[in-house]
Amino acid sequence: MDFEALYHDESRRVLATLIRLLGDFDLAEEALHDAFAAALEQWPKDGVPGNPRAWLVSTGRFKAVDVLRRRARFSPLESIPEPADPAADPTAQPPEVEDDRLRLIFTCCHPALAPEARAALTLREVCGLTTEEIARAFLVLPPTLAQRIVRAKTKIKEARIPFEVPSRSQLPQRLETVLQVVYLIFNEGYAASSGDSLTRTDLSDEAIRLGRLLVELLPEAEVLGLLALMLLQESRRAARATPQEDLILLEDQDRSLWDRQRIAEGVALVERAFSLPPGPYALQAAIAAVHAQAFRFQDTDWKRIVAYYDQLLRVVPTPVVELNRAVAVAMAEGPAAGLALVDGLVAQGNLAEYHWTHAVRADFCRRLGRVAEARESYGLALNLAGSEPERRFLRRRLDELAP
Amino acid sequence: MKYACFGYFDEEKFAKVPEAQALAMMDDCIAYDDAVIRGGGYWAGGEGLQSPKNTTTLRSQNGKVTVTDGPFIETKEQVGGLMFLEAKDLNEAIRLISNHPGLKMGPWEIRPVTDLNAMIKASQERREAGGQHA
Repeated sequence: MDFEALYHDESRRVLATLIRLLGDFDLAEEALHDAFAAALEQWPKDGVPGNPRAWLVSTGRFKAVDVLRRRARFSPLESIPEPADPAADPTAQPPEVEDDRLRLIFTCCHPALAPEARAALTLREVCGLTTEEIARAFLVLPPTLAQRIVRAKTKIKEARIPFEVPSRSQLPQRLETVLQVVYLIFNEGYAASSGDSLTRTDLSDEAIRLGRLLVELLPEAEVLGLLALMLLQESRRAARATPQEDLILLEDQDRSLWDRQRIAEGVALVERAFSLPPGPYALQAAIAAVHAQAFRFQDTDWKRIVAYYDQLLRVVPTPVVELNRAVAVAMAEGPAAGLALVDGLVAQGNLAEYHWTHAVRADFCRRLGRVAEARESYGLALNLAGSEPERRFLRRRLDELAP
Repeated sequence: MKYACFGYFDEEKFAKVPEAQALAMMDDCIAYDDAVIRGGGYWAGGEGLQSPKNTTTLRSQNGKVTVTDGPFIETKEQVGGLMFLEAKDLNEAIRLISNHPGLKMGPWEIRPVTDLNAMIKASQERREAGGQHA
């Protein structure tokens, strides 16, 4: 029996079920470890049970009840959490036939929890990352992150946030929260918002893993769309930065470095998502797919991208989407058209504090030969840029425009 | 589990609403409380409150009690009413308030009620054993 493989394959599922049965994260975690310890001791002697997962859940639950009984003897006034359903068969599927991991994800991403806590709790309980690993990934001190997680678990217990998949009427909004958390985790890995390193890949992998789990358990359009988007963005990882971690634009990337398998998977998911009405993630993924399927930058079907942005704007009418659309329009119709759009956005008072607005504007001016304006805009972008690689890129562009 | 729900509203803004519309909003709230909250067995008490202008605030500072006119915190939104719900969990409480017409008038807070029985019992025992404190 390969216990490491067993732990890798089953521990998250067993934990999710124990959390549901015991109604307590910490108790469930203790129970999980006790169960695996017992398996390590008994299976070599008694043989591997027919249903290892059921055995682990059952053993974990009984050991937890023992722990609670012992505690009760020492502190009778302490309120003891009642095991949720002591008589129930732990592996019998509840009437809704739902995976406990799905319940766990919805609980960890509950809107009643602090936003910073949701991602941390999800990474801890669903993905099995340690507090230290999560703290490092989010550039936060471990005790701070640990406190965040404790706070969230306390609220779940004391305010009685239930372990359940939301009802059909609440599902769309609650699913949006879950997807937001997953995409946030992905983006923390994809482009570090500050500091020297452009990518922290571990988090992107975790986000994709979460995305795959969600697609398996709840294949709604936006779930498919988000996984597609993450796969397509991740497919460019090897081409996106130099060894010195300098930014390489889409137009300059070595497309032979793109991960074709991820692209194929992403494109297939986009097609699936579009068979249901596509939401914002699916539309963004569709745009990424157009890029992914262009053999060279010059082959990019910009008109198609503009059309997707038109659709995206209808569901997400925000200045950032307008800005991205302006870039596509500039490619399809020329920089003058793009510049008109960006100037319109800035005039409306939008995105003046966003460094890409000025970088985009600078690029349009540069292509129109308006060098002084381009330099000015690159200067503004530099003042606002958040990460070191982004600053280096903007400085290079500025230097290329030496007066 | 019991949840205390506080409904906030902006009195100034509400005063500008035409009377017929204001009365219709009140009707919706009362009808909902009746049909859904009481009808569903979730009602565990509640009151509408008089205008925030009629509030009196007391403070103890340096052994002195000060009494002032008005609410403790000067904000545009003040509590207009409070309601206790008996719900099985937070999701149920959220569902009940999400659909409450009163939510259109301003934000609501949902706060779990703590069970003071154990604390009260312990306090009683202490006071009976040690005699009354001054």
